[in-house]
Amino acid sequence: MLRAEINITLKRTVSDPQGLTIKHALESLGYKDLADVRIGKLVIIKLNFKDKIRAEKEINEMCKKLLANPIIEDYHFKISEE
Amino acid sequence: MEFGVVVFPGSNCDQDCFYVIKDVLKKPVRYIWHKDTDVDGLNCVILPGGFSYGDYLRTGAIARFSKVVESITNFARKGGTVIGICNGFQILLEAGLLPGVMLRNENLHFICRYVYIKTENNQTRFTKLYNAGQILKIPIAHNEGNYYIDAAGLKELRNNNQIIFRYCSARGEVSEQFNPNGALDNIAGIINKKGNVLGMMPHPERSSEEKLGSQDGYFIFESIINWLENRII
Repeated sequence: MLRAEINITLKRTVSDPQGLTIKHALESLGYKDLADVRIGKLVIIKLNFKDKIRAEKEINEMCKKLLANPIIEDYHFKISEE
Repeated sequence: MEFGVVVFPGSNCDQDCFYVIKDVLKKPVRYIWHKDTDVDGLNCVILPGGFSYGDYLRTGAIARFSKVVESITNFARKGGTVIGICNGFQILLEAGLLPGVMLRNENLHFICRYVYIKTENNQTRFTKLYNAGQILKIPIAHNEGNYYIDAAGLKELRNNNQIIFRYCSARGEVSEQFNPNGALDNIAGIINKKGNVLGMMPHPERSSEEKLGSQDGYFIFESIINWLENRII
């Protein structure tokens, strides 16, 4: 079995109000040295096969078709054996 | 003439839209379940507000792959009239029937209140009964209404008069102060290039009768009917 971990984040050029709010909250807790806080999503997919090349191809397709919106989001993923 | 109102799991303005068409405007209307593909005989399809598929992943992202959206895409390509309200607008964006995306409201709040919007283009089948620049009092209720498009896309929207409604003050002043959600250029509603697909965040179906506080949204539906009738006859 393979396991894919996909990270989806807003592009650098897109404002992230959630990240900004959390940055303010952390600063109010005393953490003053924060350059930036960005929020993203983690999607974990378990695959019923072991072919890594096929997995990469399919996960890429999934990201492009559904999991990420290319207008505002970037994604990257890693695939490992379960 | 017949209207269709699409129902997704999680739609919650479908009955309001249905009621307005049937009981206020007295026109035939039917529901279209999201698994159905039959839009035959319809003249106008309404994608209503709500939280289709729980807004999981991104608003409209899952609904966009439902069977019915495929049919609606074909319907729109042939020139059929489509209006997406709130979540319906979000679905139209995800489906690529309208350009751009929705981000979370800038202040991270779910905003549910009356706003004012300015009619920036009344030369469309959706707005022909409004005066140029007419100000409408109309409610919004959303968490993701912060419209975003890149600079080239915004330029194109402007050049083609595709921006239909912009958030403004009661007197029609368009500025950041009267922007409820951070939407780029105060955009509240846009149309596609062909002019047959409208997406808007405010709810005309909730402002179609005076007794509900405003009738300003009524004329969107009345405009569509007027346009369809003149075209059919």
